Amino acid sequence: MIRKTVANAREALQGVSDGMTLMLGGFGLCGIPENAISELVRLGVRDLTCISNNAGVDDFGLGLLLQQRQVRHMISSYVGENDEFERQMLSGELQVTLTPQGTLAEKCRAAQAGIPAFFTPAGYGTEVAEGKETREFNGKMYVMEEAFKADFSFVKAWKGDEAGNLIFKGTARNFNPCMCGAAKVTVAEVEELLPAGALDPNQIHIPGIFIQRIFQGDGYEKRIEQRTVRQRT
Amino acid sequence: MLDKNGIAKRIAKEVQDGYYVNLGIGIPTLVANFVRDDISVEFQSENGVLGMGPFPWEGEEDPDLINAGKQTITTLPGASFFDSALSFSMIRGRHVDLTILGAMEVADNGDIANWKIPGKMVKGMGGAMDLVASAENIIVAMMHTNKAGESKLLSRCTLPLTGVGCVKKIVTNLAVLEVTPEGFLLLERAPGVSVAAIQEATEGRLVVPDSVPEMAL
Repeated sequence: MIRKTVANAREALQGVSDGMTLMLGGFGLCGIPENAISELVRLGVRDLTCISNNAGVDDFGLGLLLQQRQVRHMISSYVGENDEFERQMLSGELQVTLTPQGTLAEKCRAAQAGIPAFFTPAGYGTEVAEGKETREFNGKMYVMEEAFKADFSFVKAWKGDEAGNLIFKGTARNFNPCMCGAAKVTVAEVEELLPAGALDPNQIHIPGIFIQRIFQGDGYEKRIEQRTVRQRT
Repeated sequence: MLDKNGIAKRIAKEVQDGYYVNLGIGIPTLVANFVRDDISVEFQSENGVLGMGPFPWEGEEDPDLINAGKQTITTLPGASFFDSALSFSMIRGRHVDLTILGAMEVADNGDIANWKIPGKMVKGMGGAMDLVASAENIIVAMMHTNKAGESKLLSRCTLPLTGVGCVKKIVTNLAVLEVTPEGFLLLERAPGVSVAAIQEATEGRLVVPDSVPEMAL
């Protein structure tokens, strides 16, 4: 067994520096690497390029990095729900590259899989395709998209073991598996870190080979963005 | 004229037994409330769930279980979770049978715009560009005109496009229309709405057959 455990977020984020490109898992506030984000805020690293489906809300998730002006470039598919983000974008402080969600996921997966580029129909004929190679396959037009290149990938899983194997829960899975092994260093934080052998190999979602560092996070807030319920009558 | 629930109710009739369906945010989400309960349908949400159920009972919300609108949800027996890349494999790979989404504008050649108003609203396209570029069966759910009373069914979209030539069918508060090479073919009128009113509210090319039945809801 190759041990991937580190003590905490501080140790897990060693080597993160100004100007780096970071991948961060999560959809909305669901399945975000809360501990890594807190540590990025503490470190105060700046001029970051962040690849994440969303940009958090004003006072939580990636919004915390935006508040501290630590992000220079944001690559996302949807960035509503964040006034500070909108202000920085409209004022030009923040560069934003909006990318179709499936393309964003596949650019992560391609990086993970060692595929430099792929063709997708998403965005053909729109401003997303401007400046990109297009090609026809079987009578339909496609846009060439390139794999991401990132320095660190921060993912959040439900359970993990010392070998870096991961299991996700519910829709907190989302972009996290696609980002494992898609950067030079992948840091996984888990709610429960178990000894090797405690997880059934049949149930592993992401094998530890994609993970360089794993730690047990603490104080998960798991904020709900849209609490929708049925009333009991 | 229909309200939002009426539009959802009419679209629900397009959902067939055995369909996997992706519902967009807004009116499309309401469609799930009106699907017949004697057919088997699974709802996909692109953040990574198939077999989506209704909202949870109060007190049973799970922060690790949401839909693409970030609303807390439940799952039904037979449900599954998956990552975002696999989710869009389902969409791009045409395994999802029907996509229902909202729009700001639709053109009579099937172009759709629903993600950006330059200088005003820039929230992003989310999964909409992947969905419209890939799905074989796309229904747009929207009001026929915008808040200023201007037609949303145009000869050409004025807003940045989400996809080109992809919309097949549109259900509005006034009508059901199909996109054809000749333009919007008027299939049905909403209860109490005249053909003239639909013509008045449609800026794009409108093909009116001799007989236009009223929607059966």
